[in-house]
Amino acid sequence: MKSSAMRDLMAVTARPEVISLAGGLPDTSTFPPDTFAAVTQRIAAESCAKALQYGPTEGLAETRECIAQVMAAEDMRVDPEDVLVTTGGQQVIDLVAKTLIDPGDVVLAEGPTYPGAVPVFSAYQAEVIQIEMDAQGMRVDLLEQTLDRLERRPKFIYTVPTFQNPGGMTMSLARRRRLVELAHERELLVLEDNPYGLLRYEGDALPPLYALDRGVFVMYLGTFSKILSPGIRLGWVAAPGPVLEKLNLGKQGADLCTSTLSQLMLQAYFERGNWRDYVGSLVDVYRRRRDTMLDALAEHFPPQAEWTRPSGGLFVWATLPDFIDTTDLLARALRDNVAFVPGEAAYLDGRGRSSMRLNFSASPEDAIREGIRRIGEVVTEQVQLYGTLTGEVEAPSGGKLLRMPPPAERERRARGS
Amino acid sequence: MSRVAVLKGGRSLERQVSLRSGARVEDALGRLGHEVIPIDAGVDLIRRLREAAPDVAFIAMHGRDGEDGTVQELLEILAIPYTGSGVLACSRAMDKVLAKHLMIEAGIPTPEFFAFNQAAFRELGAAEALPAIEERLDFPIVVKPSSQGSALGIKFAPTADDVPAALVAAFSYDSRVLLERYVDGRDLAVGVLDGRPLPVVEAVPREDDFYDFEARYEIGRTDFVCPADLPEGVGERAQELALHTYTLLGCTAFARVDLMVDAGGELTVLETNVIPGLTETSLLPQAAEAAGIGFDELVRKILELAPAAARY
Repeated sequence: MKSSAMRDLMAVTARPEVISLAGGLPDTSTFPPDTFAAVTQRIAAESCAKALQYGPTEGLAETRECIAQVMAAEDMRVDPEDVLVTTGGQQVIDLVAKTLIDPGDVVLAEGPTYPGAVPVFSAYQAEVIQIEMDAQGMRVDLLEQTLDRLERRPKFIYTVPTFQNPGGMTMSLARRRRLVELAHERELLVLEDNPYGLLRYEGDALPPLYALDRGVFVMYLGTFSKILSPGIRLGWVAAPGPVLEKLNLGKQGADLCTSTLSQLMLQAYFERGNWRDYVGSLVDVYRRRRDTMLDALAEHFPPQAEWTRPSGGLFVWATLPDFIDTTDLLARALRDNVAFVPGEAAYLDGRGRSSMRLNFSASPEDAIREGIRRIGEVVTEQVQLYGTLTGEVEAPSGGKLLRMPPPAERERRARGS
Repeated sequence: MSRVAVLKGGRSLERQVSLRSGARVEDALGRLGHEVIPIDAGVDLIRRLREAAPDVAFIAMHGRDGEDGTVQELLEILAIPYTGSGVLACSRAMDKVLAKHLMIEAGIPTPEFFAFNQAAFRELGAAEALPAIEERLDFPIVVKPSSQGSALGIKFAPTADDVPAALVAAFSYDSRVLLERYVDGRDLAVGVLDGRPLPVVEAVPREDDFYDFEARYEIGRTDFVCPADLPEGVGERAQELALHTYTLLGCTAFARVDLMVDAGGELTVLETNVIPGLTETSLLPQAAEAAGIGFDELVRKILELAPAAARY
């Protein structure tokens, strides 16, 4: 549960002088304004009345065609009939929770999990069990053990398998296969949240769970927020028929339909035929920002810190020695006008207190460099202070505080820089 | 009718609560027929105050800047009367170490403590004194930043192994921290309005989580009982101590004094807030309510006492 302390602190991160590595915002500044103008002009000229009207709950047929295109870009085939258009991807999490969870029901999620899902699961009073992760994503072996141990069948498994938020790691193909197998063996629903799959900076894409499962037990959550704009609030869920019907009913109750205006904008934009070029340009920008962040981390974070090296997405997850509480650290960092998300936001059980989520998509490179420098400085200060307090000197070799440096750090040292 | 600037928000870690306090004060001032000028205190504070030229400033800021005398000092320079305590009382109350020394000198009971700044640990080897301090204070030890207004940064160290991390956490909020003897007892708060103590409030945590300090301050996890159900004489004694502390620190108009009472009925004073929360769920307005003083009346009274603190 998010602590009140963290809520108070996060309220201060929005001040303009703060370099915020806390948000999860895409950069919308490079979207061409003339495209935006052409799209809106066309709607005004051709479909003004329709744009201003209610639409069907499931979404306009043309929107679902665009969705099929986006899913095809990640090698998924979907029947547009199996798709429900939603007001952003976040609504899918809410609808699935609302539809499936009765108070006390068990939901399985990754630990850490998407901080925005935490309040949703809490609100519907789910008992969330978080499964540990490593560099290969969710530990599916631990998931299986948990399933064996549980007396009741969980309502669903929530996962962000690709470029996970907040961890940055990607589930391996073997684990994806095993997870889908488990879902089939035990007849378990899986909610696959995939906002970042197309934001890949290196390596080859792995098949989404939805592609491996072919839409039997996997509910697939997609969004246009990261490949076009979060401002248009368009997401979707592709799910097995019976589930989709329930979600549709839930959506009727929530907001009747997704904005028709937004859907028409999306259609007009997709008809221009170059949506993938824009995604490509974002990938170039974000790749540079990720590299900048990783370089800055290697330069400014003390050797006791560890962090992930995401090959896509928006986040790096850094873990500090356990004597540092990142919620308190945020208070210190805010004095130096820099912010991050304390790790406890990604857990429902109080874990994550020594970790932090760092976003690299929303800030220019110089701000990222400076932000990481400032955080590194306060972390180093606290590591040294702890050493002083415990009498343990920060030793270059041996010593209780020393851990294996993260890969980026080892590389840097090997390069002799 | 006056032109009243309501100062709120700011860069304090209690910004959020302050915005809520401020909004509620603005509503009350409106109902009282005043012209309200809301100001979220930022880099343009002086310019906005000069432009607005208010008759009086109502300070609804908590923590850093608002409660430590900074904003009061600026208002002195601009010769704008302001609500609440003056610069000196703010400085004394915000600095827990100074306030505790003053209380000890005046014979007001306060939990035993030791205070250090970071330099003492870095440059004077103060860490070596920790075992002696731990022996003297006994576990658990409360570790807190000297000048943080809310519960932020306050940690319990159940064992000696937990003390260094608790110190690191507390130093995140302030360069000076104190290690304090833990009082096993009930949390009390006494509001003081215009030199008169209000009924005693007790904060009762809903869950029995001994070490979870946050629970005591989080809405929904704490019940407030006013007037507190206390043994014979304890409530009166708490009010006396609160008033004594309020006078000792030189507070004006209003303040909230936090105390503990242990199983034997012994009272100790923890700290004083010169601008306590003024939200719907805050303690001072609730205590005033219990004394028959509604929120509008409370605001009217605080405003009326505004010029009293200014020294110009």
